[in-house]
Amino acid sequence: MPFDAANLLPILPEIVVAITASLVLMVDLYLKDEHKGFNHNLAIIGLLVAIGFTGAVGGGAQELFFDGNVVRDAMSDLLKGAVLVISIFAFVYSQPWLKDRGLLGGEYYALGLFAVLGMLVMIDANSFLTLYLGLELLALCFYSLVAFDRDSPTGSEAAMKYFVLGALGSGMLLYGVSMIYGATGSIEFGAVAQVIAEQGTKDKVLIFGIAFLVIGIGFKFGAVPFHMWVPDVYEGAPTPVALFLSSAPKIAAFALAVRLLVDAMGGLQADWQGMLAILAVLSMGLGNLVAIAQTNIKRMMAYSAISHVGFIFLGLLAGSSQGYAAAMFYAIVYALTTAGAFGIMVILSRKGFDVELLEDLRGLNDRDSWYAAMMAIMMFSAAGVPPTVGFMAKLLVLEAVVRVDMVWLALVAVFFSIIGAFYYLRVVKLIYFDRPATDAPILTSGGVRAVMSVNGLTILFLGLFPAALLSLCQGAFA
Amino acid sequence: MESVFPLLTLVIWLPILGGTVVLASGDRDTNLSKWLALGTAVLTFLVSLGLWIGFDSTTADMQFVERGAWIPTFNVWYFLGVDGISMPLIVLTTFITIFVVVAGWDVIAYRPSQYMAAFMIMEGLMVGVFSALDAILFYVFWEAMLIPMFIIIGVWGGPNRVYATIKFFLYTFFGSVFMLVALIYMYFQANSFSILDFHELELGMSAQVLIFIAFLLAFAVKVPMFPVHTWLPDAHVEAPTGGSVILAAIMLKIGGYGFLRFSLPITPDASASLDWLIIALSLIAVVYIGFVALVQQDMKKLIAYSSIAHMGFVTLGFFILFALLRHSGESTGAVMGIEGGMVQMISHGFISAALFLCVGVLYDRMHSRQIADYGGVINTMPWFGGFMVFFAMSNAGLPGTSGFVGEFMVILAAFRADFWFAFLAATTLVLAAAFTLWMIKRVVYGEVKNEKVAALADLNGRERFNLGALAAVVLLFGLWPAPLVDVMHKSVEHLVAQVSVCKLPAVQAADCLLAQPAPVAFLAP
Repeated sequence: MPFDAANLLPILPEIVVAITASLVLMVDLYLKDEHKGFNHNLAIIGLLVAIGFTGAVGGGAQELFFDGNVVRDAMSDLLKGAVLVISIFAFVYSQPWLKDRGLLGGEYYALGLFAVLGMLVMIDANSFLTLYLGLELLALCFYSLVAFDRDSPTGSEAAMKYFVLGALGSGMLLYGVSMIYGATGSIEFGAVAQVIAEQGTKDKVLIFGIAFLVIGIGFKFGAVPFHMWVPDVYEGAPTPVALFLSSAPKIAAFALAVRLLVDAMGGLQADWQGMLAILAVLSMGLGNLVAIAQTNIKRMMAYSAISHVGFIFLGLLAGSSQGYAAAMFYAIVYALTTAGAFGIMVILSRKGFDVELLEDLRGLNDRDSWYAAMMAIMMFSAAGVPPTVGFMAKLLVLEAVVRVDMVWLALVAVFFSIIGAFYYLRVVKLIYFDRPATDAPILTSGGVRAVMSVNGLTILFLGLFPAALLSLCQGAFA
Repeated sequence: MESVFPLLTLVIWLPILGGTVVLASGDRDTNLSKWLALGTAVLTFLVSLGLWIGFDSTTADMQFVERGAWIPTFNVWYFLGVDGISMPLIVLTTFITIFVVVAGWDVIAYRPSQYMAAFMIMEGLMVGVFSALDAILFYVFWEAMLIPMFIIIGVWGGPNRVYATIKFFLYTFFGSVFMLVALIYMYFQANSFSILDFHELELGMSAQVLIFIAFLLAFAVKVPMFPVHTWLPDAHVEAPTGGSVILAAIMLKIGGYGFLRFSLPITPDASASLDWLIIALSLIAVVYIGFVALVQQDMKKLIAYSSIAHMGFVTLGFFILFALLRHSGESTGAVMGIEGGMVQMISHGFISAALFLCVGVLYDRMHSRQIADYGGVINTMPWFGGFMVFFAMSNAGLPGTSGFVGEFMVILAAFRADFWFAFLAATTLVLAAAFTLWMIKRVVYGEVKNEKVAALADLNGRERFNLGALAAVVLLFGLWPAPLVDVMHKSVEHLVAQVSVCKLPAVQAADCLLAQPAPVAFLAP
């Protein structure tokens, strides 16, 4: 495998993130406690440089490197950019929280950056091996991040559950991969697709393999019935970790699904379409219904995540380039929205107090009307109410589904969105209609406020002017 | 014909921008934010008068058209324009908003800047609904409108506000998402989201029926029609005065407008075969809801039910045309029915706004809306009593007020279609008189009921301005409705011509209840 400039230049963003993570690990050893904030700055700078390189090496037609194990195409450019931007949001929101609790060590940033690296590798993958490498790097970092507050029993419990079920999911995926390798004799997506195109789709081993792939994807996304870990992990994890976990990895999971199902298994679309339809309907139904019953806001967001996964699957299963573009738009928008919503929760948490219950948001408008407005925007976006971008995302997915004559799925989807609207409205109700239980001021730095404003206003802006992001998404599947 | 000056854009975005400024001004200087809001409202109204002045009532074409790319890959446009049906409703919107701002002047103590800003933003969105000619643009405005209303009822409403506002939101949301699916479906048939293209679209009967039902869900909730009207009394009772005014005066009209802009021209054949359903629901609304209004103890609830009954009149007027076409095949009656419905919508906008303002005046002083708490108000508040009696009379359809014109036209049209329709519809004249006048008798007249009533102060300057201006308009359109009817006449004729031509594809032509497309030139004679 040649390590020359032609192969290394296109993965500069990954290299930068890897170097930054290693730098953080080393520098942290020589930092005094009061200077730990330097880790944060280093991580942000590294991510910004990676964004710059993503833009610099990106663009143009699809290219393969490292003997076809790594790919750079329009989709990877956009998804990498989105992952990096949202990771910056996540780091910025969590910094004050970590500082308050004395957790602002280099480990958080090193693990976080390695997780970002894992996501980037997943997005770049063009073979089962690369994909699995990235997936496991991401997962292992998150297992430890969930248990990051080591004195918290719920955190350790959540990490254990996450680890066991995550390992099960990875195992399923790997099993499916082995079947497909057995049937096609290749681990490279292009070659697999070619073999499927030539041999036809009658091979039972392939069908068997694809069922396990879909299960693996279901686990990683947290789709019903493979969703059991999601609420427990969201609830048990420290809020900043839940923020991180719920946002950027969804984009990476979208890449996983597209690389596996579309790039490699596109020829078997008729088989995985039905499976995804079942997962999608179950996820939207159960996610939205159970979310209503939650009193813990993190659990509510977890079930909300499950329901949104159903929508992403809807776009995927449409099986058209429109559908993939819609699902991609949805995944990015969802990550942006959920990062903002969890960001508000992190901001509202103080030393010795974490936002856990819906009640904790009570009367936010009286405490800080700007943050209240931002949270309301996130909630309306999640509910899919215009003029926020959440509506546009839903519209595009519905459009893709109706385009392939699956109107019934569109009707199911809108029906469950009505149910979903209720629990998002309840959050708005708590923020605006109720009076606060505490007068404790919300102390945030200007930087956090600025980033949150950018996050919220982007959601509004993209809702009013979706054309640019949409054409980028469509360009990825043109 | 594209407009040179973006007048509609201005009427939409000026209040939204103004609202944002009001919001940003905060509550440090409440006078500043109130004056800003009032200034914006008045300015928007003056700008919107430009629509009326520049309107060419000799054509049914869309006017003041603006068109810009919005989401090019899906053929979604920022496409605005008005005809004689939407233009009066836009002016109504900008007109009523002024009174809402004035009415909230010193009543709203909690965060007045947010209150004013919500109404300003709402005004822009409502104008957007009336002027959008792209289905997605329409839907965005239609749904976005829910957010400020949700917050207005929820933050400044009465004790049971949370229940009322969530019910309001979910009912409307429920109705509209199915409309969204229908719009997307039609996009793939027409390859465009332009509402005008939808009008030309040839659709099979079963598709038409499904689309009709999807629209019906959306618009029936908004109007509201029996049996999905139950959110309205709750929302009205809990909403602050301004919220009730906007709800009754404008938001309900959006449902009626939807029938005219979407249901009738896009699915004429389904409308023709299901018109019995709408007529039946409308008559139930008129008669049954009229009786329900009779027994209300709460003044706001009574007016809310009265609104439902009056809106039943509107939908009756809109859908009577098929019975007329089948009966006689002539179009003047059909045009009259729709025009009657439109006049009724505009007039109800003024009258219901005024009645809610009246109740607001009483509520601000006594903090009660119960009829039983009042009596003999006219002894202590002669000005107020006079106004309230006047508006109650016009609500009951007294000739000489605008309330009479629309009702008379609809009843006349109904008479040509079927005696019994007209008979049942005309009971509203009795019922409306009964429930409003009985309320007046108990609240305004009689002996002074208690010390609280004895201590009431009469209208202040702002209230006098509000009620006086509305009374003038009610009287003006009651005595001289011609300008209103003239402005919409061509558009309504065009609509009737559109609706009376069968839209089914050639293979289903046998199912046509309506005239075959060519060669009949419907309005030629």
